[in-house]
Amino acid sequence: MNAFKREKKEEEDGGNPFQHLEKTSVLQEARTFNDTPVNPRKCAHILTKILYLLNQGEQLGTTEATEAFFAMTKLFQSRDVVLRRLVYLGIKELSSVAEDVIIVTSSLTKDMTGKEDMYRAAAIRALCTITDGAMLAAIERYMKQAIVDRSAGVSSAALVSTLHLTNVSGDVAKRWANEAQEALNSDNVMVQYHALGVLYQARKTDKHAVIKLVAKLMRSSPKSPYAACMLIRMACKLIDEVDVDATEFLEFIESCIRHKSEMVVYEAAHALVNLGKSGTREIASAISVLQLFCGSPKPTLRYAAVQALNKVAMSHPAAVTACNLDLENLITDSNRSIATLAITTLLKTGAESSVDRLMKQIATFVSEISDEFKVVVVQAIRSLCQKYPRKHSVLMNFLSAMLRDEGGLEYKAAIVDTIIAVMESNHEAKESGLAHLCEFIEDCEHTSLAVRILHLLGQEGPTSKNPSRYIRFIYNRVILECASVRAAAVTALAHFAAACPVLLPNILVLLSRCQLDSDDEVRDRATYYCTILQENNENSSILPLVQPPQLSLPSLERALRNYMNSPMQEDFDISQIPTAQTIEEPPPEVMTSVKPQTLRLSREESFMESLSKVPELSAIIRNEILFKSSPVFELTESETEYNVKCIKHCFSDYLILQFDCLNTLPDQLLEDVRVSVETQDIYDVVCEIPCKRLPYNEPGSTYTVLKFPEDIHSTVISLPTTLRFIALDCNPATGMPESEQGYQDEYMLEDLEITLRDQVRGVGSARNLDFQSAWESAASRNFITHEQIFALGATVNTLELAINSLVSFLGLDPVDRSDRVKSDANQHTLMLAGVFRGGKELLARAKLALTEQVTMQFTVRSADPDVAELIISSVG
Amino acid sequence: MYHISENSKAYEPSLYTVKGIAILDNDGERILAKYYDKNIFPTAKEQKAFEKNLFNKTHRANAEIIMLDGMTCVYKSNVDLFFYVMGSSHENELLLMSVLNCLYDSVSHILRKNVEKKAVLDSLDIVMLAVDEICDGGVILDADAHRIVHRVALRNDDIPLGEQTVAQVLQSAKEQLKWSLLK
Repeated sequence: MNAFKREKKEEEDGGNPFQHLEKTSVLQEARTFNDTPVNPRKCAHILTKILYLLNQGEQLGTTEATEAFFAMTKLFQSRDVVLRRLVYLGIKELSSVAEDVIIVTSSLTKDMTGKEDMYRAAAIRALCTITDGAMLAAIERYMKQAIVDRSAGVSSAALVSTLHLTNVSGDVAKRWANEAQEALNSDNVMVQYHALGVLYQARKTDKHAVIKLVAKLMRSSPKSPYAACMLIRMACKLIDEVDVDATEFLEFIESCIRHKSEMVVYEAAHALVNLGKSGTREIASAISVLQLFCGSPKPTLRYAAVQALNKVAMSHPAAVTACNLDLENLITDSNRSIATLAITTLLKTGAESSVDRLMKQIATFVSEISDEFKVVVVQAIRSLCQKYPRKHSVLMNFLSAMLRDEGGLEYKAAIVDTIIAVMESNHEAKESGLAHLCEFIEDCEHTSLAVRILHLLGQEGPTSKNPSRYIRFIYNRVILECASVRAAAVTALAHFAAACPVLLPNILVLLSRCQLDSDDEVRDRATYYCTILQENNENSSILPLVQPPQLSLPSLERALRNYMNSPMQEDFDISQIPTAQTIEEPPPEVMTSVKPQTLRLSREESFMESLSKVPELSAIIRNEILFKSSPVFELTESETEYNVKCIKHCFSDYLILQFDCLNTLPDQLLEDVRVSVETQDIYDVVCEIPCKRLPYNEPGSTYTVLKFPEDIHSTVISLPTTLRFIALDCNPATGMPESEQGYQDEYMLEDLEITLRDQVRGVGSARNLDFQSAWESAASRNFITHEQIFALGATVNTLELAINSLVSFLGLDPVDRSDRVKSDANQHTLMLAGVFRGGKELLARAKLALTEQVTMQFTVRSADPDVAELIISSVG
Repeated sequence: MYHISENSKAYEPSLYTVKGIAILDNDGERILAKYYDKNIFPTAKEQKAFEKNLFNKTHRANAEIIMLDGMTCVYKSNVDLFFYVMGSSHENELLLMSVLNCLYDSVSHILRKNVEKKAVLDSLDIVMLAVDEICDGGVILDADAHRIVHRVALRNDDIPLGEQTVAQVLQSAKEQLKWSLLK
């Protein structure tokens, strides 16, 4: 007792009594727990210290934790309420680290079924943290009783623990659903809420049961605001996923707008504006509530309202216009998050005339808001640029001001992305955009961004009005920056030299200085560029050397190895190699942190790898390069007995068909599964590689290898297919076959289409292709030209539509972004480039004219007359 | 297009609504903090870095709500204490606010309106119990401060009468009267 008093005194002198706690000495003190009789105050204090240390992130070793845990169990002797409750906390904290924690099971079970109400609820929660699958059966009876206990606290604790226990055993919620159902009728609001949570967990896989549950509760709207919110979410989920009559649910959600709790009102309004299926009336009533919240004195209400409005503004900008006045008032809100959301909402709904004013207002506080919201602002500006292209100068200036401010990489990258996007969509903005970016790299601490901008300058700078002005900016980087930036700058310089002959002599001087650089990479690049620029004075042949196509490296390696093994009499044909594909990441959701992008193999490379693992296939494709893999398409309807999906892998002479099969019948085991293709004597079947076993719900693959016919014209065809297999009946529970002997069976699949697109790969998106000169020089390279005029059907009534359908049909890539049509243009020239399997180069030009329909003059040039003819004939 | 489709998707209804609760002092140091989602801030180091950041963003402006690291954080401060409740960015902000209010009111009851760092540290055991009674593993157990205080078994005889100030005695007398009337 004395010691405790002394400690108390120290606390009063020294502020935080927990400040300088030592783990070892506190654990030493825990020995006091063994004293009899237990001194509750002293022990409570020591236990608090242990809990404090754990909460501060102190890690205990397994031995330490186990010792402390066992010392703690001695405290069950004391009947002090606070101490006992602290012991429960300690059990929960240590249960994941200490060993043999189940030793306290009987003590906790005694507490949970005992008479002391103060213990019971907390004991249940502690017990469930130490419960594992094996123990579950032992406590099941007590838990069921506790769920329907007349004490609300006990019932709630049991229900919440049930939810936690679903991690231990998935079906506890289902097993205890009857008790939860009874608890749902409780008068206590929290018990009702928790019971609803458990019931949803138990039934969520059975949509009809959920519909019943929601429909029943809707009628007697729950008293607890939390339960009402949960019910609204359940209704939303049903409307969203299940094909039910949504009216009843929508009416319920709308009625919640008149609930007496603001929490529920907001939940309902939020649900209505976010649901895809609410009508104008529902949206309007939701928005009027949100409008009311905008004027609330509580910041959280205002924030919630404007956050929801900001989201609706994307889908229903017109409906939000009604709140413009209220949003204007929020621009000066002392909570900067609210102000930012208000402004970005206004930017989405407002007219072109208000843009200038709003931008000025954002500028006053943009430095005060968090990076998350800055990114929101940048995104709003990005969509604004697309909406009002004429405003680009104001917006660009704003963006460049933001670039100069402090901010993290993510935020800066968002700005740079936006500037680049604006430049791409709007040619007028290109010059000013480049100027802003040049200014930015003068003082940019992020290497990755500097490198990206230098690359962009190399691409876009040479075609601008005055290329020479960028040289100074780029060369400054060579003098001032780290090695990777210097290397990028050298490459950018070389681009200018290759594209603008006027600048060549000057740049050669600069590059020769770079040859003395201290870094290997920079020196190598400079030397390489100097040499090719000096040797080669003809413009068109330099460009590809300066900017080599981004080939897929594993394929290149494989092709070169094959070439080395061959007699090497012919020249190496680089056009066979597929280009490396950049996989477009979906844009990250607003305001979540960007996940680091993972490096991935291109689709073809990963397929090649998996195909090579099949021994029969690897014998065929060892010396081949995968030319193109088609997208996955289904040969069966979904929800049939067997699902078959097909991917076509095109090689120069072979077509490998990969069939991914799934058996959805639990009482069947399939063996020797094959897909036979009726080739109608046009294709030759080289081999079929069956899938040996296809048990229930485990995917398996079978392959069929076809050889392309000599006659290219007959390659585009549709072939009937059948799934053949030996079926064995089996026990659905064990998956073991019931008989040794199966029976032959087959299953009709849909026709397999082999299209032109499967055999053609686009190359145009690599921007280095100079289409005009390639087109002109085609004649001198013995290319055959085919030309024909087409009137496109009545369904194609815009140029964009014509271009999209043509590009997706042919599989060629548009060159020089010629797939973008200027708005209000009525004629357009689309340039396409690609390779036919076997490395046959293909160029195509489509001159489109729009009157009421689209007329197209389509010209194809290729070295192979058959290929050119095939393309013309398949367009028609 | 991606954003719109993402937004219109209904989130899985769940009782797991609270991602974290924290009480920090006026230097941004942790007095008590609980995180309920293993996927966010799995280590103490990340948690403390987040708390530092959160504190820097909130200790000057008394703005009640902020979005940080993709989470909605509501907060409230008094003298040298900062109370925070965190939830996902899709969570109903008012629901989080109700948890925060309950946390603050409970602590205020426990400390007899004397919401200060020193008082919290002196009754840290009871405050820990209160936090445990408000939220269990991310599920709101109860958000009614009176019931919470009742459940944490406040030791009324904790401080000997002689050590209490006159105001404290009056306050506790008033409280006890109110409680007896409420029952």
